[in-house]
Amino acid sequence: MKSKAIAAMKKYGFILLFVIFIAVSLLKSFPAGREIGKNFRMFFLEMILILPLMFILIGLFDVWVPREKIARHVGPGSGSWGIFWVILLAMLQAGPLYASFPVAALLWKKGCSVRNVFVYLGAFTTLKIPMLAFEIGFLGLKFSLLRALFSLPVFIGIGYLLALVLKNRNFAVKEPG
Amino acid sequence: MIGLTVVTAIALVLSFLTDRGKTLAGLKKGAAMFLNILPALLNVLILVSVFLYAVPTHLLTDWLGRGTGWAGIASAALLGSISLIPGFIAFPLGAILVRSGVSYQVLAVFVTTLMMVGILTLPLEAKYFGWKVSILRNALSFFGALLVGLLMGIFL
Repeated sequence: MKSKAIAAMKKYGFILLFVIFIAVSLLKSFPAGREIGKNFRMFFLEMILILPLMFILIGLFDVWVPREKIARHVGPGSGSWGIFWVILLAMLQAGPLYASFPVAALLWKKGCSVRNVFVYLGAFTTLKIPMLAFEIGFLGLKFSLLRALFSLPVFIGIGYLLALVLKNRNFAVKEPG
Repeated sequence: MIGLTVVTAIALVLSFLTDRGKTLAGLKKGAAMFLNILPALLNVLILVSVFLYAVPTHLLTDWLGRGTGWAGIASAALLGSISLIPGFIAFPLGAILVRSGVSYQVLAVFVTTLMMVGILTLPLEAKYFGWKVSILRNALSFFGALLVGLLMGIFL
């Protein structure tokens, strides 16, 4: 019983403290707290608008798409086509870095290779089309094109390197819970 | 955003029409995964909110604007790695930086590290990949981002 309470405190304690801090800040008009609260609202909105929808898709994908199909296309031995498919998948997505982790876990569960999991993460951080459109708008086509062009071999290389390092080490992408 | 909503709605309707039981099972799985990660996610969002307060964007512009040469590149790489700024703030900020005279090389290093390295999200990444692998991935991405940024600087 006691250990359960400690586990709950560890999990939710920080959030609870933060809620109290923001509530007191609003009541006492404490400017730092209000400012932090405003930031939190922005980040929370970004998260809550994207993640629930993503997790619906992840859940549906999990029950509908058979492991063999994914393993054949992006699993070990899928070659360059495997790299192509995970990059394409990443490019079609949107959202902050942490949105890519559950998708990576799902890909892994369905038989994706170590290399392709990390190539997926790399492509997600650098080549998402919605982000590219935004970047081109503000920083120009040349800037984005150069960045995409140089990033591509770098994150593919990182994928190869991590796969090499993690070979025979019982690496697994976990499902938190 | 609109694309994601439309795709999800279509997938949900198609799935529901094909197999109700399977759809419900999938939704349950998705909800469980979301709820499992939510506490850790909220903790990271709190960290990020406090960080953005401690280092507001105008201070960021100031630091990046003053740095020149290698010192400028180092501070850009450091700030980019720690910050978690959504694109809709980071890119307009970048445009302002260039107009205020920051070199393209410094901007490129800031943007690439911002995208590829996530120090504040490490606790979350570690839940999926373990601490060692997460730190290794971020370290490799840091050097990769630095390389990309420096190369871009040559051509911009």
